[in-house]
Amino acid sequence: MSLLEVDDVVVQFGGVTAVNHATFEAEAGRVTGLIGPNGAGKTTCFNVISGLQRPTKGKVRFNGRTVTSVPVHRRSKRGMGRTFQRLEAFGSLTVRENVRVALDIHRGLVGVLKPAKSDIDGLLERVGIRAYADERADSIPTGTARLLELARCLAGDPRLLLLDEPSSGLDETETDAFGDLLRDLAAEGRGILMVEHDMDLVMGVCDTIRVLDFGEVIAVGEPAAIRADKRVQQAYLGYSDDEPEHAAGEPDESDTEQTLVIPAVPVSEGATS
Amino acid sequence: MDTFIAYLIPGIFTGAAYAIAASGLVLTYTTTRVFNIAHGAFGMVMSFIFWDFSQKQGLPVWLSLILVLGLVAPLTGLLVQRFIARGLGEAPVSVSLVVTVGLFVGLIGAAQAIWKPEPRFVPPLFADELGNDKSITIGETVVTAQQMITVGASIAVAVGLYLLLTRTRIGTAMRASVDNPELLKLYGGKPDTVAGLSWAIGISLAALGGILLVPAVGLDYYQLTLLVINAYAAAMVGRLKNLPLTFVGAMALGIADSMALGYISTDSVFADIRPVIPPLFLFAALVLLPQAQLRIGQVKGIVSAPVPSVPRMVVTGGVFLVVLLAVVSPMSEANLLLVGTAATYAMVMLSLVLLTGYGGHVSLAQLTFAGVGALAYAKLDSPNLYGLLMSALIAVAVGALVALPVLRLTGLYLALSTLAFGVLMDKVVFQNERAFGFGGALEAQRLSFFGNTVETTQAYVMVMGVFFVLVAIGILLLRRGVLGRLLVAMRDSPAACGTLGLDLRWARVGLFGLSAGVAGLAGALFAGLRGTIGAADFQYFNSLPLLLLAVVFGVTSVTGATLGGIGLMLLPVLSGSNPIAGGIVFLIIGFGAVFAGRDPNGLANLLFRLGRLLQTRVLNRIDLNLPQLPSTAAFTRTKTPTREVSGGELFDDGYDEPTPVAVGAGSAPGTDRTKEGQ
Repeated sequence: MSLLEVDDVVVQFGGVTAVNHATFEAEAGRVTGLIGPNGAGKTTCFNVISGLQRPTKGKVRFNGRTVTSVPVHRRSKRGMGRTFQRLEAFGSLTVRENVRVALDIHRGLVGVLKPAKSDIDGLLERVGIRAYADERADSIPTGTARLLELARCLAGDPRLLLLDEPSSGLDETETDAFGDLLRDLAAEGRGILMVEHDMDLVMGVCDTIRVLDFGEVIAVGEPAAIRADKRVQQAYLGYSDDEPEHAAGEPDESDTEQTLVIPAVPVSEGATS
Repeated sequence: MDTFIAYLIPGIFTGAAYAIAASGLVLTYTTTRVFNIAHGAFGMVMSFIFWDFSQKQGLPVWLSLILVLGLVAPLTGLLVQRFIARGLGEAPVSVSLVVTVGLFVGLIGAAQAIWKPEPRFVPPLFADELGNDKSITIGETVVTAQQMITVGASIAVAVGLYLLLTRTRIGTAMRASVDNPELLKLYGGKPDTVAGLSWAIGISLAALGGILLVPAVGLDYYQLTLLVINAYAAAMVGRLKNLPLTFVGAMALGIADSMALGYISTDSVFADIRPVIPPLFLFAALVLLPQAQLRIGQVKGIVSAPVPSVPRMVVTGGVFLVVLLAVVSPMSEANLLLVGTAATYAMVMLSLVLLTGYGGHVSLAQLTFAGVGALAYAKLDSPNLYGLLMSALIAVAVGALVALPVLRLTGLYLALSTLAFGVLMDKVVFQNERAFGFGGALEAQRLSFFGNTVETTQAYVMVMGVFFVLVAIGILLLRRGVLGRLLVAMRDSPAACGTLGLDLRWARVGLFGLSAGVAGLAGALFAGLRGTIGAADFQYFNSLPLLLLAVVFGVTSVTGATLGGIGLMLLPVLSGSNPIAGGIVFLIIGFGAVFAGRDPNGLANLLFRLGRLLQTRVLNRIDLNLPQLPSTAAFTRTKTPTREVSGGELFDDGYDEPTPVAVGAGSAPGTDRTKEGQ
């Protein structure tokens, strides 16, 4: 039994089908990549899984229990944590306060009555943003704010992490460190489902990948297999390896100035643990 | 059956007029995301202009109609869009609500100042020389020309809007603008032109609705303005976007209203229900709305007044009480009552600091909660700390009850439900003989502490001062603690709070309850101060200037609430018994809020800045480049927030220069995205 099972989910917005009979799962202790061209329905899938969007049809099972009609906050209580593609930091609070709020919420009424003495700074240190602890969250760089969202999630000690483009805004060194962090988090037994455009990171860190296109899952497999998959290349670039390569790119679904990174990049050595 | 038809026809007529007004409201909201609370007020002012043209200036009726509907109203709409409503759709809901409530109050003030209160006769559009309407008789029912014109006009409006939105280029642009004005701009559309046009049409429809209803309801500042509640209710049936359903809602409301008139006799126990059909209808429509989805994709940091340290709070509170003692010692009884009233208003505004300043929600009925507290205090008849506490708790329960039915909904709908609640309470409870008694004079005793009654007004005002300081310190402590952080987090990102495990619905109910409790406490203390209270003390309409003054003086700080309370108390003193002066005061407050409403830190901010200036000049004798006031842009452009630093609220502005940030999806490519494109 997988930690998360998305079963035949359909989401329609008026006449547009954003997610079309998508079925996939994410395992505990593994990093699962959810990739696809812009507008493929990845964020909508995340919204369905985390409860912000009701599916038109289909089911979501978490930890063996159906959660399709469970409200957002209860899914979180059951061990789901998520970050957002378009940032949702608490802009008026400092970075440290952001994490403290997450802890308070996690601890519920007890948290209100008896403030936590948890090691917030240790958590910030772990994701690498300790230096920003006293900055207001609306004044930190995008990449840092994404890491803040991760730290905030981790404050609730989730079993499943849904990370929506967590590395955009990070430089190369930071991305490497972030990849290591993801592997550590998975090694602790957490399931990680990650939407990501940086194919270096995806190919390097994911144990398994699901590819979405026009709301449908078109490929499932390990990074090497996905990289070689003709349908995936077709979906991303409109051509396969057999045809001459040309520049590819299109605007992101939510104008986050994403440029499509060509998927056919070498897999780093020993990346798939 | 004849009775049924006799009431059905006026019902259809009224419904048609509501439909015209409501469709204007929906059009403006769908294309610009601004819910115009002042829609009815515009209709009222336009009706007065029509009266002025056709009756006072003696222009022909048809010319007056063309001038008002074709020139004055659209021009007003364009000007409002250009100078007031621009960019409001992207601002937080609380800001657009405050600005349009400002217009609401300002327009009433303007009408009172321009057209003195006096009986005015407005004949139907096709009246004979004696002012009687032409009519035909169907069976035994008389149908007037005015009724036929209204129904015809509503059909014309429906067809016209349908053709405009589906068959014209600008109509397509209007529909596109609903989804993404920025994208429309990229494709060569002009969102500003679209917004201007929809405001122009919106105000014209408000004018048409108002003019058609005037012969039935009379030319009255308030009656006409508040007819908008019917339009809100109809618009809610259409979920603020569906015009056909809006028409259905308007018809249902008009017919229900008419049937109530026909079938509920004036001496039955349900006689009171007729005036509250529109707010009940609005409330029901709100309750039946589907679950609101949490909006995602915005990073909002809002600059707010810094929270002082605990010693600073205590010292400031102590100084405040000493000053209050010095001020009230030589005062006459009448002036003491005024100071006590100011303390009451200030405390009600404290409840808004909690709800609006910290929580980002708007209540349009805060004075009603004060009325609940006052009524409970008087009825409990136990003028001691226990009675006071119970009154506040009853207000807490009522506040939670108001938020409960609509807890699935967000901002705008919550605010509208408070408005419906305010009207309901005023008409059903407060004006009922069983509440404040005949003539609206219910006796309340002065408070006593452990058997010692506070007899003198002077001492009582000091007691109120102490309560004010205690509540203020309590609210500031709350802001510093776990709950305060949670409130700010809920305001900044409800979606993130939800995914972190917070049940927003109950948190919101708790916030509304607590805020109502503070207002209820203020009301209970007020009851003890005055000795007799009545429905007139807590009229729901007065909650609007209260909200506006709270925002103008600063709804994010205790200082703002203190100044706002004094300001609100001074209003009737300033305006005296002269209604024109009263109109001008409304005008100033209303339009003050229209322009100050985008920065809820308000005038208190200037004080903080002055304090900082004195501190640096006097103490340090160093010339510093003072930081600028936080830009109001922080509210309109939510992705360029500014910073907040710690410091005391009084005499410490604590603001830094707005810092350009690179947060959110709006950050420029290449600035912090060093990785992509390699």
